[in-house]
Amino acid sequence: MSSEAQIRNYILENYLFTDDQSALDSADSFLDKGILDSTGILEVIYFLEDEFKIKVEDTEMIPENLDSVNNIVSFIEKKRQ
Amino acid sequence: MQSLSERYEAEVINFDRDKAVERICETMRDIMRSKLRRRGVVVAVSGGIDSSVSAALAVKAFGANKAFFIQLPEVDSAADTQSRGRQLIDLLGVDHTTHNIAATLQAIGCYDARDEAIKKTFPEYAEGWKNKIVIKGGLDGQVNHFMLVVQDPEGALHEKRLDLREYLQIVAATNYKQRIRKSIEYYHADRLNYAVVGTPNRLEYDQGFFVKNGDGSADLKPIAHLYKTQVYALAKHLDLPDSICNATPTTDTYSLPQGQDEFYFALPYQAMDKALWARNIGASASDLAGMLNISEEQAKFVFQDIDNKRKTTHYLHAKPYLIEPIPELNL
Repeated sequence: MSSEAQIRNYILENYLFTDDQSALDSADSFLDKGILDSTGILEVIYFLEDEFKIKVEDTEMIPENLDSVNNIVSFIEKKRQ
Repeated sequence: MQSLSERYEAEVINFDRDKAVERICETMRDIMRSKLRRRGVVVAVSGGIDSSVSAALAVKAFGANKAFFIQLPEVDSAADTQSRGRQLIDLLGVDHTTHNIAATLQAIGCYDARDEAIKKTFPEYAEGWKNKIVIKGGLDGQVNHFMLVVQDPEGALHEKRLDLREYLQIVAATNYKQRIRKSIEYYHADRLNYAVVGTPNRLEYDQGFFVKNGDGSADLKPIAHLYKTQVYALAKHLDLPDSICNATPTTDTYSLPQGQDEFYFALPYQAMDKALWARNIGASASDLAGMLNISEEQAKFVFQDIDNKRKTTHYLHAKPYLIEPIPELNL
């Protein structure tokens, strides 16, 4: 499964309680759309660290890295380089 | 044109104290008469500014013989907050009790659950060590996250970022404190046919700085519309002891001294009051930056943090959601 699919499925299953892929656009801002709050973002960080074996540094905990599926995918790719 | 600071001065700092007290007392009596129908009020007195002002207002509204004060210390309560609470009780001459909740918290597992989570972060943590949680991120545009600070018996401080599971467990465990306290407040309220006074100021109420079914639970909240700066002003106006009027606000929940701005707010309360007020009147980030002497970017982050906290804590205020309304109850 691609990183994007993994992240999408995690959000759909845990925060939107659905497997309907149309419920989430990969560009949707989690915070603006009210999909996640700041505790939810911390849970996503926990998921990313566990699932993708990366360490999210304090300075990387910004919306540009974490606030949408697309942002997270680019962030993970950057971390893996 | 009036600057933002001048407007703040006029609208928030220089409010009519006599009128504010009169309005609060009259409204409290009206709520009791028409909604709550109880004979008096229970106030948990922590020794902090908010509960002291709320307690003094309750006595002004209903009389000392219709109030009951409770002190609810536990092992992490600072000695000076307890003695300030005692001073207030003596000054107002209200019937009261002290119930130390340490044994209850021990029995329910509060301290063990907290220490278990702390030890996952600092395995060397043991008896004689102290702890607190510190918030980071809000002023830098980062997602709010939490650091655990511990002090070893020699006095050295150590700090590490808390993993989410441990953070949630520490907060869940310490929330027992506010919830046990509220159970005891309601025991006395039920016993006396009194109502329970909740004591948040506007900053705490608006930003969700309370525990649901803990300190967030109450029948009336007389100072929830007042900025913290105004609560301090009322404390002076009501002639409360200097020790209370000049005390630095702390959470009094963790064993290391912990300012509210360290744990929850992006800035100290004086600046947070200004930021919240500026947000409420629709001021721009650049106006706030000038008022607080911070960068425009930081001001933008502070506004964002205010909005995020409102969203994140909305459910703390909410009544339980129903599948269908029950209109007959007219709630």
